[in-house]
Amino acid sequence: MIEIDNLSKDYGPRRAIDNLSFRINKGEVVGFLGPNGAGKTTTMNILACIMPSSSGTARVCGYDVFENSLEVRKRIGYLPENPPLYKDMPVSDYLEFTARLRHVPGRELAASVAKVLEDCSLTDVAGRIIGRLSKGYQQRVGLAQAMIHSPDILILDEPTVGLDPIQIIEIRKLIQELAKSHTIILSSHILPEITQICKRVIILNEGKIAAMDSLDGLSSSLGKKDRFLLKVRNPSQGIEIDLKDVQGVCSVHEQGRGEYRIDAELNSHPQDRLAGLCLEKSWGLVEIKKTTLSLEDIFLKLTLEEKETVE
Amino acid sequence: MKTILILAKREMGAFFASPVFYVVATVFLVLHSFTFLNLLDSFSVQSFQVERFLGGGRSLSLNEMVVEPIFFNMAVILLLIIPIITMRSFSEEKKNKTLVLLLSSPIHLREIVLGKFTACMGMVALLMLLSSYSSGFLILLGEPELNPMLTGYMGILLMSACFVSLGLLASSLTENQIISAVISFGLALLLWIIEWGVEDANEGIGAVITYISILAHLVPMVRGVFDTADFAYFASFVFFILFLTCRVLESHRWR
Repeated sequence: MIEIDNLSKDYGPRRAIDNLSFRINKGEVVGFLGPNGAGKTTTMNILACIMPSSSGTARVCGYDVFENSLEVRKRIGYLPENPPLYKDMPVSDYLEFTARLRHVPGRELAASVAKVLEDCSLTDVAGRIIGRLSKGYQQRVGLAQAMIHSPDILILDEPTVGLDPIQIIEIRKLIQELAKSHTIILSSHILPEITQICKRVIILNEGKIAAMDSLDGLSSSLGKKDRFLLKVRNPSQGIEIDLKDVQGVCSVHEQGRGEYRIDAELNSHPQDRLAGLCLEKSWGLVEIKKTTLSLEDIFLKLTLEEKETVE
Repeated sequence: MKTILILAKREMGAFFASPVFYVVATVFLVLHSFTFLNLLDSFSVQSFQVERFLGGGRSLSLNEMVVEPIFFNMAVILLLIIPIITMRSFSEEKKNKTLVLLLSSPIHLREIVLGKFTACMGMVALLMLLSSYSSGFLILLGEPELNPMLTGYMGILLMSACFVSLGLLASSLTENQIISAVISFGLALLLWIIEWGVEDANEGIGAVITYISILAHLVPMVRGVFDTADFAYFASFVFFILFLTCRVLESHRWR
């Protein structure tokens, strides 16, 4: 559905994105993750036909974003970081205007506006002036304009930025609903947001793809070790030394009273041996489970490791 | 065409929602009325004196003494007011980051520019319509020639189209509305006074300057002469400046 090949963009002497190549299939929900200035918004702007690339190609539904930009624009809904709202207009008038701009047929206009008003829980504020709404509602109006013409693809640039925690949860739920029927590209700084919504993550750093995989895939490809969490009721002195002596265990870190983070060699499966030791020493085994790297771990690992390599 | 009207309707809605238009309209009508009443008063005094001293049922030309000056005064007021009407067109969109909505919608850049142009021209036409009570008054109470009145209105409308296109160009250059208005006013004024440079120029350049001068094309129309060459000047000027505006907006995509 989206094919990007060797895409680069220069702002004067500065290269914002550098040779990006990736594919996004129909129905996928992909998260763009990266620190400020990583190139997330630039990539999204190119896909939304706001700006052309300096080199490389980007195709949406088979159409080149530069050569057939009108066809591409018919098929995408874009919510930039700052929602493009005419604050002097009432919500329903604004949505009607955006529907007309996106060539929604006249006979379907009222139904389209009513549908997005309902989907985005805006029905109660349909007649109110946008400028007088709270930031959360304004963000919803921004989202509503992006989906007014039922596009195949939604491009959402930091959709929850600047919202309070309740508004964030509401918008997140809405995006999760949309994910059932749309291909979505979502950029965010908020890592749990990506974890909750996206099936696949593209981590950008300094204009390049630092990693691209499913969350599980990233976790296992980056984790050179298996990680376990062990909880016991009655830890004795020297427990860490005993645990470290178990075959396959590389390191043991105490995380709290009776809680230990154990890193073991990949595929060494030390669970049975750890459980046996707990019984033998009467530590009172509570829990033993394999954990995966969190997205936060992966993100920091990739972005910081790369910086360290450069330095 | 449909998209142009959709955009123009939204723009005009924004004008009516903003106090700026009402202030502009009030100032325009007050200044127009003031100049009209002064001209009428002066005409009535002079007519009385002519009748008194020369007698024989002689009368002064209403067109020459009232209608023509009204149009020139209106042109000067519009020269001052049109930059205020056009200053927000693209500057505000850029400042509020709403231009992204238009650029990511499946519409051509020329439709965006023509939509804004149509809206601004609609506002100018509305101002002219509101001020046309003066012409109605003259027709009811006097016997002005109607053809020069019609060509005069057409000339003022065409001149306004030139100023509006310059205003849109200025607005596409900056996101600061004040700067946009100042540039627009400067360009319009230059177009108005450029003929002053003819005296010092050689024949060839002088002819070019005379052709560029908006007054050289406006004056015949206000006096009742409709020449297709003048119409071609106005049309090509507007087309060229709107084309430049499209190119300026297009260049933003590349930055």
